[in-house]
Amino acid sequence: MKLTMNKKTKDNLITYGIVVVAFAVFQLLAVTGNLSSHMKGLLVPMTYYAVIAVALNLCVGILGELSIGHCGFMCIGAFTSAFFSKVTEESLPTAPRFILAFVIGIAFAALFGFLIGIPVLRLKGDYLAIVTLAFGEIIKNVINAFYIGVDSKGVHFSLKNAMELGMEPDGQLIVNGAMGITGTPHNSSFTVGIIVLLLALFVVQNLVNSRDGRAIMAVRDNYIAAEATGINVTRYKMMAFIISAAIAGAAGVLFSHNITTLTASSQYFGYNASIMILVYVVLGGIGNIRGSVIAACILYLLPELLRGFNTYRMLIYSIVLIVMMIYSWSPKVLEWRKRTLGNINFPWKKQRA
Amino acid sequence: MALLEVNNLCISFGGLRAVDDFNLSIEKGELYGLIGPNGAGKTTVFNLLTGVYKPNEGIIRLEGQDITRKSTIEINHAGIARTFQNIRLFKNMSVMDNVKVGLNERFKYSTLEGILHLGKYSKVEKEMDAEAEKLLKVFDLDKEKDILASNLPYGKQRKLEIARAMATNPKLLLLDEPAAGMNPNETKELMDTIALVRREFDMTILLIEHDMKLVSGICEKLTVLNFGRVLCQGETKAVLSDPEVIKAYLGE
Amino acid sequence: MSSFLTYLISGLSLGSIYAIIALGYTMVYGIAKMLNFAHGDFIMVGCYIIFTVSGALSGNSIVGILVAIVLCTLLGITTEFVAYRPLRGAASPLAVLITAIGVSYFLENLALLIFGADIKSFTSVIKWEGLTFAGGDLRIQGVTIVTIAISVIVLIVLQLFIKKTRQGQAMLAVAEDKGAAALMGINVNKTIMLTFAIGSALAAIAGALLCSAYPSLSPYTGAMPGIKAFVAAVLGGIGSIPGAMIGGLVLGIVEILSKTYISSQLSDAIVFGILVVVLLVKPTGILGKKIQEKV
Repeated sequence: MKLTMNKKTKDNLITYGIVVVAFAVFQLLAVTGNLSSHMKGLLVPMTYYAVIAVALNLCVGILGELSIGHCGFMCIGAFTSAFFSKVTEESLPTAPRFILAFVIGIAFAALFGFLIGIPVLRLKGDYLAIVTLAFGEIIKNVINAFYIGVDSKGVHFSLKNAMELGMEPDGQLIVNGAMGITGTPHNSSFTVGIIVLLLALFVVQNLVNSRDGRAIMAVRDNYIAAEATGINVTRYKMMAFIISAAIAGAAGVLFSHNITTLTASSQYFGYNASIMILVYVVLGGIGNIRGSVIAACILYLLPELLRGFNTYRMLIYSIVLIVMMIYSWSPKVLEWRKRTLGNINFPWKKQRA
Repeated sequence: MALLEVNNLCISFGGLRAVDDFNLSIEKGELYGLIGPNGAGKTTVFNLLTGVYKPNEGIIRLEGQDITRKSTIEINHAGIARTFQNIRLFKNMSVMDNVKVGLNERFKYSTLEGILHLGKYSKVEKEMDAEAEKLLKVFDLDKEKDILASNLPYGKQRKLEIARAMATNPKLLLLDEPAAGMNPNETKELMDTIALVRREFDMTILLIEHDMKLVSGICEKLTVLNFGRVLCQGETKAVLSDPEVIKAYLGE
Repeated sequence: MSSFLTYLISGLSLGSIYAIIALGYTMVYGIAKMLNFAHGDFIMVGCYIIFTVSGALSGNSIVGILVAIVLCTLLGITTEFVAYRPLRGAASPLAVLITAIGVSYFLENLALLIFGADIKSFTSVIKWEGLTFAGGDLRIQGVTIVTIAISVIVLIVLQLFIKKTRQGQAMLAVAEDKGAAALMGINVNKTIMLTFAIGSALAAIAGALLCSAYPSLSPYTGAMPGIKAFVAAVLGGIGSIPGAMIGGLVLGIVEILSKTYISSQLSDAIVFGILVVVLLVKPTGILGKKIQEKV
């Protein structure tokens, strides 16, 4: 091991360190009885929101394409893994089953990332954003219409209702349309969530510091120049989009194995939920992976910690969102900042990938 | 055999013939100038050569290989690199990373190795760093290697764009109005840079230029475009004293 | 057969509402080159204004609609001035879209604070019962007829405005090329502001019609119709006024018919599926034109 550490490597280690320290603090609070059961219930959601924020930042900050349908990938990961866990609950021991559930949830989310990426990535800017929203809604609506049951004859499927399945009396209804999947084993824990978050960070941060990551950012900054430099724009866009979808899928697996009844509701998987994740990403700093994690955790916990804040939180977030965009992008404000603040290098500026 | 051989190149936009019956032959090692008044179709020729536009007619050959209908990416891999009239850098990336993007297709390891930072990752990254630093040194950008490309002064941004193009190890370098927007000092420095690139890398260069002084100072051969057609072609001196060219440039 | 006709007509009615909303979208997109994600929420604001004013004036909805039109116009102008104008010419195209999403969130949550999350029952602003045909087999509601009529009137007036007035011509010029328009002495800021004003006034009208046809009002009332109207605008060809009309009608009919004959769960998926197909097959929509980036 080298003694003189690369600046980027050091930066990455700081991020892992923050996550590990936060984990230790919360565990300590829990062990010493300083954590209410309500707070304990928030820990797993906090981790999956941080994970999907990392995924979305890969798409928005590194690839430079705005997705407002990322919860759709989370939805796919949640349902495919929950389906698998339900079906194999009797036949497989917990640990390997849960690991396989992750493999399946991530693989399906990645597959859909690929399939949806084919049309989506041909578009740009506003159109791309609105089509990701459309796909997010399509996924949610289609899953809401699914009825899937399993009996001795195999798997039955319908888009109408449970009766249509024509199952034997001993058959088990697994996906019940808008009622979703009930009784997925509760395998997610804070520890598992933190491990998944660390892995997601590992993947994204290492990717950013590799040749593929540089190519992705080159496409983001100037796709015409990237092509002229021999970068296969389509390939790298697709790569980033698939990895981002896969990580969102992992968040979905955590989600579905932490909830008794999994439904494809707008509250969790609609575009408003996706926008909430976007708020985390924007407030944490677009392109700043560490910022996304911190913002997701703080913004998720804050309304729970401050009484009365909940009523105003969305209003405040929306104002902060607008102000931040104008502060960091408005040509006039930028000019004014240059004039008055000069070339002050803010410490958080360096983080931008 | 000429390095670049262009025959009878034509493209129309709507009813307008933007480039008509364009022929060009560049030998290895030459510094060739493409000049002409505004709107003569110079950048369109570049866009045709680099696959941004597909010609209606004609053939483009690089070292005898037909690259006419290849994509921009394939043409770069075949050995043509370019810069842009309005500088196109990867603005939010460091100077170093801009060059490393140029090295991307020459130094390879798999995506998985990249994500895990295992296998060939460390070795290849080190090679890339060394190569990039070498290039930056040539272009006198090594001190700025860690700053964002957008924070470079204008003249250095032009240099970085050339350095990035050179990182792809091209056989032919296309420079689109490299002196645009530069003051006399910067232009002088740029001429030195171009001379340096030729010397250091034994590079063949085709450049578009408005600045007559720059062109006559460094190009051996010229092609003058006017209204999409070749007005005159040949040794610099002969071309510049051609009455047709003087007419096109200065009016009657 | 007559039931099919009934569905078709209710599709036309919903489509007319989409068309009016889509007109606002398409004008703003065509001229300011931005997706005003909050446009749907302007509709919701309009509905709450009508609801409040009519309630205070014991059911006088005409005053309510007029107040809503005025206030929505002001809201549109203010939003443009405060949130969108500073970001004109920003280096990242995402900045203004994210800001628009912020405005949408802001309006929804402001409404939530003021009016609460519970669904208000909206009294139709159109009191007319409607017409009956074929000996009572086919009844067309008053609100349906009025909606379709208003959308046609709006379309004609807008077309005339764009074609015949100086401001309309200025809008076309700004849509074509902001820089060149400015050089020709056109006040670009003012033109874009006027566009927002018209679009927002239309949103108020669309709101009155939407809530008259579907009388439940919540802070999220405008969001979905807003997004679907954007789909309609894309379908018709963004920037094209007749396109928005055609797109709106097609979308409304598809939505109602797929709800009836395929599945109410899947009708939204079908509507969004149309967006995806259009953008892939003909990204410029039915009546749009192509733009290519210069290298």
